[in-house]
Amino acid sequence: MDEVLVGTIVASTLRVSVPLILCALAGVLCERSGVIDLGLEGKMLFTAFTTAAIGVASGSLLLALAAALTVGVLLSMLHGYACVSHGGDQVVLGMAITMTAAGLTVVLGIAWFAEGGQTPPVPDSVRPGGWFGGIGARAAQLPVVGPAFALAFFGHNPFVYLALVLVAGVWWLLYRTRFGLRLRAAGENPAMVDAAGVSVLRLRYQALALNGLLSGLAGAYLVLAQNPSFIPHMTAGRGYMALAAMIFGKWHPVGALWACLLFGFLDAVSIRLQGAETPLLGAVPVQAIQALPYLMTVVLLAGFIGRAVAPKALGRPYVKES
Amino acid sequence: MASAVRPAAVAMRHIHKRFGAVHANRDVALTVCAGTVHGIVGENGAGKSTLMSILYGHYRADGGEIEIEGRPATIRSSRDAIALGIGMVHQHFMLVDTLSALDNAMLGAEPHWRLRPARREMRERLDALMRDTGMNVDLDALVADLPVGERQRLEILKALARGARILILDEPTAVLTPRETAALFATLSSLRERGTTILLITHKLKEIMTLCDAVTVMRGGQVVLDRAIADTSLDGLAEAMVGRRVDGGRGDTPDAVPGDVLLQASGLGWTDALGVARLADVSLALRAGEIVGVAGVSGNGQSELLDVLAGLLVPTTGRMQVGARHFTPAHWIDPRQARDLRIAHVPEDRQRRGLVLPFDAWESAVLGYQRQPRYNRAGWMRQRAMRDDCAAMMERYDVRPRDPFLRSSRFSGGNQQKLVLAREAVREPLVLLAGQPTRGVDVGAVRFIHGRLRALRDAGGAVMVVSSERDEILALSDRVIVMNAGRIAGELPIAQCSEHALGRLMGGAGHARPRTR
Amino acid sequence: MSQPVELPRWMDVAVLPAVNLAFALLMAGAVVALVGFEPGQVLGLLVKGAFGSKAGISYTLYYATTFVFTGLAVAVAFHGGLFNIGGEGQAIMGGLGAGLVALAFGAHLPAWAMLPLMVLAAGLFGMTWAAVPGALQAWRGSHIVIATIMFNFIAAALLSYLLGHALKEPGNMSPESRAFAASARLPGMHEALAWLGIAWPRTPLNLSLLLAVAAAAGVYLALWKSAPGYALRAFGFAPDAARYAGMRPRRVILASMAASGALAGMVGVNEIAGVHGRLLPDFVAGAGFAGIAVGLIGRNHPAGIVLAALLFGALHQGGSELAFEISGFSRDMVFMLQGLIVLFAGAMAQVAAPGLARAWRLVSLPRGGRHG
Repeated sequence: MDEVLVGTIVASTLRVSVPLILCALAGVLCERSGVIDLGLEGKMLFTAFTTAAIGVASGSLLLALAAALTVGVLLSMLHGYACVSHGGDQVVLGMAITMTAAGLTVVLGIAWFAEGGQTPPVPDSVRPGGWFGGIGARAAQLPVVGPAFALAFFGHNPFVYLALVLVAGVWWLLYRTRFGLRLRAAGENPAMVDAAGVSVLRLRYQALALNGLLSGLAGAYLVLAQNPSFIPHMTAGRGYMALAAMIFGKWHPVGALWACLLFGFLDAVSIRLQGAETPLLGAVPVQAIQALPYLMTVVLLAGFIGRAVAPKALGRPYVKES
Repeated sequence: MASAVRPAAVAMRHIHKRFGAVHANRDVALTVCAGTVHGIVGENGAGKSTLMSILYGHYRADGGEIEIEGRPATIRSSRDAIALGIGMVHQHFMLVDTLSALDNAMLGAEPHWRLRPARREMRERLDALMRDTGMNVDLDALVADLPVGERQRLEILKALARGARILILDEPTAVLTPRETAALFATLSSLRERGTTILLITHKLKEIMTLCDAVTVMRGGQVVLDRAIADTSLDGLAEAMVGRRVDGGRGDTPDAVPGDVLLQASGLGWTDALGVARLADVSLALRAGEIVGVAGVSGNGQSELLDVLAGLLVPTTGRMQVGARHFTPAHWIDPRQARDLRIAHVPEDRQRRGLVLPFDAWESAVLGYQRQPRYNRAGWMRQRAMRDDCAAMMERYDVRPRDPFLRSSRFSGGNQQKLVLAREAVREPLVLLAGQPTRGVDVGAVRFIHGRLRALRDAGGAVMVVSSERDEILALSDRVIVMNAGRIAGELPIAQCSEHALGRLMGGAGHARPRTR
Repeated sequence: MSQPVELPRWMDVAVLPAVNLAFALLMAGAVVALVGFEPGQVLGLLVKGAFGSKAGISYTLYYATTFVFTGLAVAVAFHGGLFNIGGEGQAIMGGLGAGLVALAFGAHLPAWAMLPLMVLAAGLFGMTWAAVPGALQAWRGSHIVIATIMFNFIAAALLSYLLGHALKEPGNMSPESRAFAASARLPGMHEALAWLGIAWPRTPLNLSLLLAVAAAAGVYLALWKSAPGYALRAFGFAPDAARYAGMRPRRVILASMAASGALAGMVGVNEIAGVHGRLLPDFVAGAGFAGIAVGLIGRNHPAGIVLAALLFGALHQGGSELAFEISGFSRDMVFMLQGLIVLFAGAMAQVAAPGLARAWRLVSLPRGGRHG
């Protein structure tokens, strides 16, 4: 097979997977503490819009990023206020955030930029360029695999590398720190955590704060790396796909990473495969590949390819019995 | 008693605690000497769990003071209690199944913010403790894979690792086999040697006599007995625990002449998910025209027995026969079949099972019977008939207010209970299974309900009453079965059943068979 | 869903949703003002657009028809204790079902046979699409929310595929099916009224409005007057009591999802058989999610849902008119309002309810308390 093709596909996969990875990590942290997050789609949409709006208005990458992260955290704090502090239904809140985001971003977009909901493109000076291009050029010199290798792994937007680092970071946080241990316990048996003298509410709020930061990064990425303008509904269901990846990865950061890469690979390859003949199935329609991540998750849910066991206390607000 | 050398480990004085109308603790005083095992005994509702929860910071007392090791203490949360050196092993273990024993032990008091060094240090600490006390737990195993006895040891180790000098154990032997119980006692003795003060909440009198140095007996929210073990006896404890019988409970009821066996169960056994046998080898027969009282402190298998007989739980072993129908675990009865066979069930938890609280009274009044031809015409509910019947039920069973349209949740506890009983008894079932029929019910309603149960018996029905109220058992039963640790500890006709004998059986002291006439 | 707070019935039914709606409208109004419009003017134009003309009213009713179906779907599942977010996918499948039947038999059968067949097919397809996640929940314990979300996407992909390949009308640039035969089209309201001699402008409003009203009445009767409805409500309120009463949890879950899906499938009758007369992409356009808002505001009662559906229909139609009249205004305001309603009436209901209950107690205490 053409090695440039291989390299390109790997590169595409990585690029496409980034928002999925970041959102899936956000979901892992939140749900492992016991709080359902169906609002990832909305959080990503809001923060993407924020990035574009601030990016265009201020011309500063730092400001745009800071704004996106702030908005992400604010939304997650709303999530916490309604659901953790007041026991509101977590599923409904997620839907509310997503539905409101879909409308509000367009309304503000039209009001501020008068382009039918789109924002003007964020200037290139604001968007980060590729990193490790120099190393990539040298890597390309390696025999046989060189060009493919270089194409696949170097010269990417820094967010790509950040996402991979964050996977390791979240893993380390969950499994190698005191905070992570307590967070995991809070999602399984919050009463136990409480009896051990640790505040369940505070743990969940902290998890939500991290969730806000990560989903903010995901939204920022969409505008800073993929499409310089915010376009209405630009998340296109990726928030839900990230959720599916999280479940597929059994609520584990590394598992989620593989699931996101798999889903990203399917996405990257779907256009190329369209109409192409495969040995057994004939011409594979693009919609089949698009539906594959969702189908696979359903099969997993049904327990046909192993069990995905959610954190035991997921979705149940913790109420101290007094 | 405070000695000149060491102040009392725990001194609680004038403790008051109310939950709404219930006076859970009434001017309670407790003094526990350091380095002793102090038993706290009482039936359900006696107030012992509340008192210990106050000590551990789950609740705050409404009044009174607490001193720990001679110093006044304010305990607002578990954190405060832990800081004071108080540790608690709850009845329902506070463990996370998916984490290792080591992680469970250190959660909340991890020696380091990074887990690797935290685990190393914790392991050393726990190993030392295990050597010291002789308790062994596989630290690397997942709690889900540990047997019950080992989980309990883990809970104790966890408390000790936090520096607990005062250890509270809440009904620790409820889930243990006799061998595990002996091992636990050995552990507790050795802990006592080390100077740990132990508070043992239990209703098992034999354990108290075996292990404890001193004992406090509670009843109705108050302390009724408080002395060193040397100064008391098993019988003395039994009597203190159950108290004097209220006169006039039985009145001039003629002795029952029991008829045919309507329900026969043999060898019933049920093991829960943790592997604990909640029911073991239970056999009983319910006869027409007889009230069988099932006595015993709550949690000894009575609830499971009720559920099995009513078809809500499938036993692991055993058989049941009702009339001509036989049931085995492979094809056990279900609630619908039970009602078809005219077995009625008044559940212990009226609010979660007996009624649908948001429903109007008339809707709750047909719960379980909604498919009867009288109420159901090809799927269409005949609401007029339902409402009329509800009104009639309310009239006959004195349910107030007499409003079939009032939401079920708006009735008082006593009236809710009467409504549930009305629903189950009004069809003159062959067998009535009643769980805690007068729990939370006012005195007048209690008399009324008892009267109705007797009426059902006199009409030829078989009634089984499960109650943790010894008075109720004595007042109603023609025959008494006492349950302990999932087994039948004893079975006596009412004539041979003194409150004393009952107390002993409920406390797990001894076995009783009816004396043959 | 969340624990109910003990409010007197009339407060629970009327005051609480009104308060939540007020919050949402206030917030939406704030946004409207923020982006430079005058909320009062906007509201006035909205009302005029929705109710000010025969055409306006017709459009309002047409939108309301779809919302009645999806609102009822959410409500029925909710009474059984389940959250059905799969309305989008179930509506797509319903439309697909009606369309497939129309394409297969439209040329061969007369209208009086075709139309009921299409309704049946829409219901069956929607029902199946909801029953599968329901079965997964009941028998495999998989969370129904995730399953239904996945099924939404799968349905969209399936429709897209069929419209692009198997069902695509030859020679047509857009991915659509060919038009249905005349017998497979539900008469528009303007046609029906013309038979009665009443002149009426031509709008998408069609006879499925009657189906919606019938569905609302049917759901009311089924839930509160039938034995299966009793079982459903008992299970939704108190699963332990339902088991005690001899109900079988798995069957109840399956039945409630099936009924819910069938109702959502009816959207297909309105949109495909009633309006478009062919299969085309995105005919559901978020109605499934609007149904959640409708159900929440309508307190999951058919009467409330009809009213809430009318409200949302008015918002959609008024919003369209506003987008037409005022430059810079878009229908996304309505979507935003929808989201705010779900926020305040759904997720934040717990925040408002205790406050209301406290206020009520303060007001009602002098007049005497509970029954003893």
